[in-house]
Amino acid sequence: MTTMEHTLGASIARLESRAKVTGTARYAAEYVTDDALYAWPVPAGIARGEITAVHTEAAMTDPAVVVVLTHQNAPRLHPVEDRTLTLLQSSHIAHRGQYIALAVATSLEAARSAAGAVLVQYKADHHDVVLAEDHPGLYMPEEIDGLWPGTREHGDFDTVYATAEIRTDAVYTTPPMHNHPMEPHAATALWDGDALTVYDSNQGSVTVQHTLAQLFGIDAGQVRVVSEHVGGGFGSKGTARPHVVLAAMAARVVGRPVKLAVPRNHMPAVVGHRAPTIQRIRIGAGRDGCIQALAHEVVTCTSMVGRFVEAAALPSRVMYIAPNSRTAHRVTRLDIPAPSWMRAPGECPGMFALESAIDELAYVCGIDPVELRIRNDPQVEPDSGLPFSSRHLTECLREGARRFGWHERDPSPGTRYEGRLLIGSGVAASMYPVVILPSRAEVRADPDGHYWVRVNATDIGTGARTVLAQIAADALTAPLGYVHISIGSTDLPEAPLAGGSSGTASWGWAVHNACVRLRGLIEHSGGSVPAGGLSVSADTTEDVKSGQEYARCAFGAQFAEVQVDTDTAEVRLRRLTGVFAAGRILNARTARSQFIGGMTMGLSMALMEGSTMDPEFGDYAERDFASYHVAVCADVPAIEAHWIDEEDPHLNPMHSKGIGEIGIVGTAAAVANAVHHATGVRVRTLPIRPDTLLPHFA
Amino acid sequence: MRLTFRVNGRQQQADDVWEGESLLYVLRERLGLPGSKNACEQGECGSCTVRLDGLLVCSCLVAAGQAQGRDVVTVEGLASQAKKRADGRSGGADGRTGKAGTDLQPLSPIQQAFIDAGAVQCGFCTPGMLVAADELLERNASPTDADIREALSGNLCRCTGYQTILAAVRLAAARGTADTAGTADTAGTGG
Ligand code: FES
Ligand code: FES
Repeated sequence: MTTMEHTLGASIARLESRAKVTGTARYAAEYVTDDALYAWPVPAGIARGEITAVHTEAAMTDPAVVVVLTHQNAPRLHPVEDRTLTLLQSSHIAHRGQYIALAVATSLEAARSAAGAVLVQYKADHHDVVLAEDHPGLYMPEEIDGLWPGTREHGDFDTVYATAEIRTDAVYTTPPMHNHPMEPHAATALWDGDALTVYDSNQGSVTVQHTLAQLFGIDAGQVRVVSEHVGGGFGSKGTARPHVVLAAMAARVVGRPVKLAVPRNHMPAVVGHRAPTIQRIRIGAGRDGCIQALAHEVVTCTSMVGRFVEAAALPSRVMYIAPNSRTAHRVTRLDIPAPSWMRAPGECPGMFALESAIDELAYVCGIDPVELRIRNDPQVEPDSGLPFSSRHLTECLREGARRFGWHERDPSPGTRYEGRLLIGSGVAASMYPVVILPSRAEVRADPDGHYWVRVNATDIGTGARTVLAQIAADALTAPLGYVHISIGSTDLPEAPLAGGSSGTASWGWAVHNACVRLRGLIEHSGGSVPAGGLSVSADTTEDVKSGQEYARCAFGAQFAEVQVDTDTAEVRLRRLTGVFAAGRILNARTARSQFIGGMTMGLSMALMEGSTMDPEFGDYAERDFASYHVAVCADVPAIEAHWIDEEDPHLNPMHSKGIGEIGIVGTAAAVANAVHHATGVRVRTLPIRPDTLLPHFA
Repeated sequence: MRLTFRVNGRQQQADDVWEGESLLYVLRERLGLPGSKNACEQGECGSCTVRLDGLLVCSCLVAAGQAQGRDVVTVEGLASQAKKRADGRSGGADGRTGKAGTDLQPLSPIQQAFIDAGAVQCGFCTPGMLVAADELLERNASPTDADIREALSGNLCRCTGYQTILAAVRLAAARGTADTAGTADTAGTGG
């Protein structure tokens, strides 16, 4: 085969794209099961308090309604760590929108109307839902996510900052944001005795399997989770969410299959969201723009039922030379829906603040912002002191500047008019760490030359299925057409979630190892596969421990051009160019789409996305697409993503870094910096909507 | 009510339909055609886009009763719809039934273009996007980028950033409907 050695890195069309364009790809709510029932959840109508009474009689009058579950009649669940999942177990309400009952009926309409007819009486307690810089409940978490210290100090920030020639000090805020994958969270659940099967929309079925087993007090081997096609997740499907628990609970009670799809406008309350942040950044530098002192202090909130913290100060531990630094988080618990991961949690809001602050520093110093970043590019990771396995931020900045035509730019803000439009451009860096998790995989060779790869990876739209087949074909030196891949089911060898941009590296490593060893076996048996076939399995638990002696991150640079209408104050992106250094790119087509998809979500974050906590009601006011705007086709101009060839031997056998999240990191800062260049107005609060800028053009 | 209407050229019937339930629900849950997606159920995302007597509609906003006696085309019917169109143009000839030796059903040009341009990621917006793009190309064989952006702005995609979707529509337009109707999918079998 002449093309074998080119399989990896080639621009291969998605293996499942035919199923997706013909409408035959099945998502979680679409598995036809005879006599399935439909479930519709009832959200809590207060933000904090107790249910004093639930009346389901009216709901039950329709003969189509089979059961209404409440905390009074729902099966008991065993405790799990994530308290948002122990549903219908008590009368306590921890946030508005929390599911407190479930109507199950023979049609969706009957279930929906029954849910609406459930009458709940409450005893409401005073609730506290608004984040403030001086919130009395703020505490400093020692650790975040069990991974990073909440606070880090190096040198003596206070003294050096106080005496620095150039000082900047500003506060940046980001609003709550919602993941809103296009497929709402959904599950179809069915029991056979004590064995549970769920078709579920998630980013990793293994954790869902174990969580369900724990909740229902059964062996994990009795829970089968199938997630063949998943309509996006962006973090919100990283672990089990309430829908799958409720579907399984209802199916157990009624003894029939139950389907549950979360209504779009319930999602902000029950599937996780990006928590708001208030970030103060102080930089002390010399006139040459070299940073001597940097403080990045984050205030954010979490819920009463979860522990997630948006680790927004992390980028300042990685990005620039800062001999004297403080990176710290303060968090408060509020009576709000539980925040969770949203695409590049931490890095995404954190880099909006840091990369805006760097632009402000460049402006104050009178130094080009590309040049200033290059001057502060460290040799080792500032926080850990570890050498980088590879770091090509400078190259990304230079290449991006060249492609964008950055150097023709006049740096003075607020001067370029085209009629009533003001034009400007801005730059920001991107960064995302390398995460690799242990995985297993199996591969079997048949005598007829076909290979069967099995790994419980999840393709949430990234192209994982395709790229894993490419990795296998490459390691087997076999044509792609002879490689058959199965993913998306707990029947397959255990594998980690599609999250933290870790999927391809983690699953791919196991697939690679299994395939390499299988090829060895085939060669050993004289180059042919015996009649019974050959199979090999791999487990990378030991392998993934390597490389820890390096700081490993992907980097990038984004350049944005905007126009601002001085009559309406509307900002429109004109073009956006990103250049990334993310190790070896394994499939040019799917990779480009990942980068551009991330950058588009970043543009959406910069100009549109944001939701408001209603202090009276304790819920998010923008709960549907009519009020929570995301970028549509007409909002997105020419977006380009490029990458530089990066060789890094300290990652995994494919030499790849994750690419699912880095695209969204830095975009909002590039846009905000471009708005400053266009108008002279520095916007430090997202999103940048007309009401922000209009007062400046009065 | 008993609902009788045509879906993708076939007469369909559903009994005990409540007039107020959505056409989307009838298609997905009663007729076993889950290609059209339910992503908002209130006309904001376009995932449920179908043709109703040729008109582009959000099927989540069409009451089942409104479909009585009418003609619906969903993503599942795009290929046959395209074939019919092509046959109509060439006076009924049906020479385009895919490449010899393949057992795959032929795709419509826009479906093929979505595959070739890499316009599909998670695929959840894809069915609605395809139906809308197909309708655009039917009334405007060579749309400008602005035409495409405008036509597809009722269809949200959270994955792709729309660049590849735009490229797919351009590609389908450039190939010209007549040349490609009935081309079988051969992508993804490289090596
Ligand atoms: S589901 Fe019909 S427009 Fe969103
Ligand atoms: S491909 Fe996922 S929403 Fe468009």
